[in-house]
Amino acid sequence: MNINEHEHVIEVTDLRRVYGGGFEAVRGISFSVERGEVFALLGTNGAGKTSTVELLEGLARPAGGRVRVLGHDPCAERDVVRPRTGVMLQEGGFPSELTVAETARMWAGCVSGARPEGQSLSANPRRPPAGRALRRPVRVIARRRSALVAEPRGRFGNAASVRAGRRSAGGGLRTGSEVLELVGLAGKAGVRVKQLSGGERRRLDLALALLGDPEVLFLDEPTTGLDAEGRRDTWELVRGLRDTGTTVLLTTHYLEEAEGLADRLAILHEGRIAAAGTPAEVTAAQPARISFELPEGYFLGDLPPLADMGVSGHEVDGRVVRLRTRQLQRAATGLLVWAEGAGVELRRLDVRSASLEEAFLGIAREASGAAEKTAKEYAA
Amino acid sequence: MSGTVTTPAGRMTALARAELTLLGRSRGTLVAALFVPLVLPFSVWSATKDMDLEKSGLTVGTVVLPAAIGFSLLFAVYGALVGVFTARREELVLKRLRTGELRDTEILAGSALPSLATGLVQSLLLAVGCTVLLDLPAPRAAHLAVLALLLGLVLCACLAAVTSAFTRTTESSQVTTLPVMFVSMLGSGMAVPLEVLPDRVASVCELLPLTPVITLVRGGWTGELSAYEALGPVMTALAWTALGVFAVQRWFRWEPRR
Repeated sequence: MNINEHEHVIEVTDLRRVYGGGFEAVRGISFSVERGEVFALLGTNGAGKTSTVELLEGLARPAGGRVRVLGHDPCAERDVVRPRTGVMLQEGGFPSELTVAETARMWAGCVSGARPEGQSLSANPRRPPAGRALRRPVRVIARRRSALVAEPRGRFGNAASVRAGRRSAGGGLRTGSEVLELVGLAGKAGVRVKQLSGGERRRLDLALALLGDPEVLFLDEPTTGLDAEGRRDTWELVRGLRDTGTTVLLTTHYLEEAEGLADRLAILHEGRIAAAGTPAEVTAAQPARISFELPEGYFLGDLPPLADMGVSGHEVDGRVVRLRTRQLQRAATGLLVWAEGAGVELRRLDVRSASLEEAFLGIAREASGAAEKTAKEYAA
Repeated sequence: MSGTVTTPAGRMTALARAELTLLGRSRGTLVAALFVPLVLPFSVWSATKDMDLEKSGLTVGTVVLPAAIGFSLLFAVYGALVGVFTARREELVLKRLRTGELRDTEILAGSALPSLATGLVQSLLLAVGCTVLLDLPAPRAAHLAVLALLLGLVLCACLAAVTSAFTRTTESSQVTTLPVMFVSMLGSGMAVPLEVLPDRVASVCELLPLTPVITLVRGGWTGELSAYEALGPVMTALAWTALGVFAVQRWFRWEPRR
């Protein structure tokens, strides 16, 4: 069967996961990820991100619904799926007394497509380089071109080397030292895992997930515990992998990470998908915001009718007024013209377009019991 | 060789190699695994040499050697592996390994290989040592002894995985291993041969997990166990192994309790 028939590399339908104690961590979610896409599962702690990813990785069976990775059930058909996936768990997973090199060697021995150290390059019959090139969707190339122009010179090997290395015959990422080089851990080869910093362990985990050049990568909070530079290096690495056709599913609670890295994302909340789409789509579904302090002696009723300014909802907190609108320019103009006419200064004026952060916080706010209030505002 | 597709044997070898390195770096496990089984037989020997063994048809050698092999299985295999399985679970290594191509059985078997090899080599050395030092004649039914050793190794690895399922931390494994260790040392014919125990007690002790191994090793050297008589212990050992496999499938934990 030709794998190109499965454009959906990951398909999840009405997925449920229930833990032993009866806690339902995943409550019927559906989404799909296309080949060469970076898909982010965004959510607060306990939203069900890891529970979902573990089902995709085939670590557990769902209580209901269906998971397909590369067209197969990751549990029942693990022999077909596992050699083509790479996994980075949320934490740990390495014996603390082994050195970095020993850990890489051990893992390389367990991964199809990996090569023992020092062996000459040989074409991988399972994944010819030509297949790689073919699988790479054209639309990917145009995307994020600008982001790729500025290559970081961080501790990671140049992210461009991912692309260059993989285009060479037989591809790169075949030996432990190659992947360690890529994440900038080559100099730590002889160091015991227990002596690594938290960030270095994350990079080791990422390196091993890349061994064997997997078609699908599952990264569970890949940048948690990394400093700003390490985080940016990881992003570049993920983009480089995506550009060579690797499908990446990652979880994160960093909004900027999802916004900057993901082609599409889903915000998980209490085991359900609260919002999904491209970062732009998810953001567009959110209202823009204007907040300011009411001038001394003025009340809300002194403003022009809110509905006429295109304001869809408002909150008053002491003297601070917060307005929501889907017509930011109209609302802001209305407000400023009024202020000009009344000859007052709007202190602490803050006008901002919708952002993923707003979407995310909006979802969190609904959780904290404000759901009713928000609904009323929108009805107004 | 292109090394592009892994095999179960290849994966287990890679895992076993890492575990061997780890075994070499774990001083506590090394001492318990390498020296205890070499020291304890001396206490059995000093207790046995004054015992009247004539009427039970035993010699000092046929009492000390099975006991020594029992100690090796208990300390080098069982005790060491409870620690290994528990430590790997605590470090989330088991979970990490399960995300890859290794199957569950391969993970357990691969991790167990270095300890199993230690137990095997140690038992062979003990057999040579007892032969030389205690004037033990060559085994009359060597196949029984070999069978016993293989059954013992598999059974101890199984029991270790089961015990580890009920062990939260590596520290607590020093306590959770005690029941199997004590019961085996006292009741499985290691410290005291079953032949010198009252019949009723002996027939209960025959059902303990390690008793068949000790009985078969002893029978291998004395040659006094007929094929029919050997069948009982073999079946008992197989039954314990089957029970162990079932228990591992049912209760083994791949992630720490959180």
